[in-house]
Amino acid sequence: MNFDFSEEQYLLRDQAKRFLGDRSTSAAVRAVLEDDAVSFDEGLWRGMAELGWIGTAIPEEYGGAGLSGEDLCVIAEELGRSLAPTPFSSSVYMAAEALLMTGSEDQKQEYLPALAMGERIGCMAVAEGIGLADPASAKTHVRAGLIEGMKVPVADGDVADFAIVLANTASGSDPSLFLVDLDGDEVSRKPVEMIDPTRSHAEITFAGAAAKPLGEPGQGWMITRAVFDRAAILMAFEQVGGAQACLDMAAEYARNRFAFGRAIGSYQAIKHKLADIYVATELARANAYYGAWALAVDAPDLPTAAAAARVAASEAYNLAARENIQTHGGMGFTWEFDCHLYYRRAKLLSLALGGERLWKDRLVSQLEASNSINKNSWGEE
Amino acid sequence: MDFNDTAQEAEFRAKARAWLGNNAERKAPGKVYKHKRGEPELIPAARAWEARKFEGGFAGIALPREYGGRGETRLQQIIFAEEEANFLIPPAVFSISHGMAVPTMLTYATEEQKQRYVPATLRGDEIWCQLFSEPAGGSDLAGLRTRSVRDGDDWVINGQKIWTSGAHYADMAILVTRSDPEAPKHKGLTYFFFDMKSPGIEVRPIRQISGYANFNEVFMTDLRIPDSQRLGDVGQGWQVAITTLMNERVSSGVRPPPDFDDIFDLVRMTEFENGPAIADGAVREKLADWYIKAQGVKLIRARLMTALSRGERPGPENSISKLVSSFRRQEIAHFGMDLLDMGGGMTDPEKAPMRAMYQQALLDAPGGRIAAGSDEILRNIISERVLGLPPDIRVDKELPFDQLPSGS
Repeated sequence: MNFDFSEEQYLLRDQAKRFLGDRSTSAAVRAVLEDDAVSFDEGLWRGMAELGWIGTAIPEEYGGAGLSGEDLCVIAEELGRSLAPTPFSSSVYMAAEALLMTGSEDQKQEYLPALAMGERIGCMAVAEGIGLADPASAKTHVRAGLIEGMKVPVADGDVADFAIVLANTASGSDPSLFLVDLDGDEVSRKPVEMIDPTRSHAEITFAGAAAKPLGEPGQGWMITRAVFDRAAILMAFEQVGGAQACLDMAAEYARNRFAFGRAIGSYQAIKHKLADIYVATELARANAYYGAWALAVDAPDLPTAAAAARVAASEAYNLAARENIQTHGGMGFTWEFDCHLYYRRAKLLSLALGGERLWKDRLVSQLEASNSINKNSWGEE
Repeated sequence: MDFNDTAQEAEFRAKARAWLGNNAERKAPGKVYKHKRGEPELIPAARAWEARKFEGGFAGIALPREYGGRGETRLQQIIFAEEEANFLIPPAVFSISHGMAVPTMLTYATEEQKQRYVPATLRGDEIWCQLFSEPAGGSDLAGLRTRSVRDGDDWVINGQKIWTSGAHYADMAILVTRSDPEAPKHKGLTYFFFDMKSPGIEVRPIRQISGYANFNEVFMTDLRIPDSQRLGDVGQGWQVAITTLMNERVSSGVRPPPDFDDIFDLVRMTEFENGPAIADGAVREKLADWYIKAQGVKLIRARLMTALSRGERPGPENSISKLVSSFRRQEIAHFGMDLLDMGGGMTDPEKAPMRAMYQQALLDAPGGRIAAGSDEILRNIISERVLGLPPDIRVDKELPFDQLPSGS
């Protein structure tokens, strides 16, 4: 039994913590928050590329470091803790994973090396506005290799060089995935205002851009879900990192803020609140760690592990971000304090791959599929 | 990460499993151990099971060989407990003896006393109870008032204890008393062990809402204990008690049902007015919440095992697990009965599913959230020891004990 990261992975974590502590500061995050013209922190992104983080889990033959999903999880936790305003999740958890999972050899050779260097950014375009992003409601379609339709919100869609798009085809079968380069005239993009402006999103309109099939035709939704499962585990680490940052902030504030002649952290109303955040975060961390292991060995129960990690991490981060503001009292809801940066990010991340209700439902479906009923539970022998 | 045993761990697990297979009956759906908690027949059966483990070489796995143990690792002890949990064995009679009395004796008793008492306990000959809590000192243990007064080579004890598990069948007891009421509360305590057959002991069972009487009140009237049975120095009883309680927090691991698997089965066998219960969104949401908690607790246990296998001290894992699990059990018990609807109130084991497990758990669960560290105490422990929050402002730490307000 060794339910922990390795020594090398701890070294990687220390490096990430140091680098992001220096570079993804509150001021750096706020620079993206407060300037509509800035979509992400390009300097930070280049630094991350130089450290080789973007290609962590991309095999060496495609220009990556060839490490495992576990290593990527270690980095993800620190990105979440520091609110790093970069397109890392879109390019790495989504685009790179989708290409590795289902891309042809030519497609991998074409896209992955530049992606691993941070020179090209990829994103995944699934949602078409409000509501469930399911195959039945996808209106975007591809005819004769040309794509038409509108996707919104697309995380990092305004800065990405290419998108992986879920679209229907003329044949009327289930939707497929397509690779679409975003720099042509047949693609127009505009930024969309989001709950968390430190992560840019766009509305992308396709008016006959070239669309190259990715993966088997008709398998688009299956592949999307498989990509989302893996992304859910990585994002759970971001969420755990964010929840831990909120807990650290709240505990620090509670130790130092005095009211009625004593530190507010000495009141049980505050203590018990923070203990509950700690417990939720540890449960999420444990579920996320299991997900990291499932990712690394490609375990058969990866979908269950992913859903559990996602549900636990979404709950923990939303709880921690909300109660961190509460612990800070009046200062907690000022623009000046950083509490709202986490509050925004917590909600955004818990919606990014589909909301909590969807993932709870998915978790139970996975459990139904993998556990046969115990006929004797009524006590009959 | 690696969820598999090392070769050495796997070998030990196989050995334990084989021995258990030859000496106990494996658990099966719907089967429960023949004696429930509270039945008198349970006690001799529990003694016999300990004796059999002792002979088989599986008692005191992580304890030194010179005191009847096996000199192996804590991890092996946990592996054995995990395997043992798959068999129908007597529940919980020896948990205080092994988890609290033995570690305290090994830390504070004389060499001769360790030789005399530890192997006898491991063999199942002696069962211990723990005389700590009092009417005026439960969560606030150091508020206890039972007096000990030195008289020649003896101490004379007068007072009352409460919530003492197993006092009605225990052979031996560990006891914290107040030897100096004029010292501040944590500094005037002294710790002893003694024979429960001594004169001056009266045990009265406490009937719980579950109908069972697992706990007792214990009255001590002019009980005499030789000074040679004092553990730790006079006035050092608090430090000794902490040793005992630290062991309590790492010893328990197996939680009573119902848990996720039970409610998941029950849901899948239940029909609502408009279809199967499992298809209902509100039900699915609850199942998901319980699953991540049950799974989280299981995985946190894996982290504890990882720490133990590296020879590291366990962290707050057990506080998390107890806090999460005892509350979840109460929620699941409520919900399970709701699923049974108008019939859910029936406690007749012939009529209620799983021999009335949900109904029994509803009545047991409140005690589970209070005994061995209440929800509130566990949250204090987490916030102070893990998060480094300041302790509550204390009005009772420096004053002489006999000048503290008591509310009575």
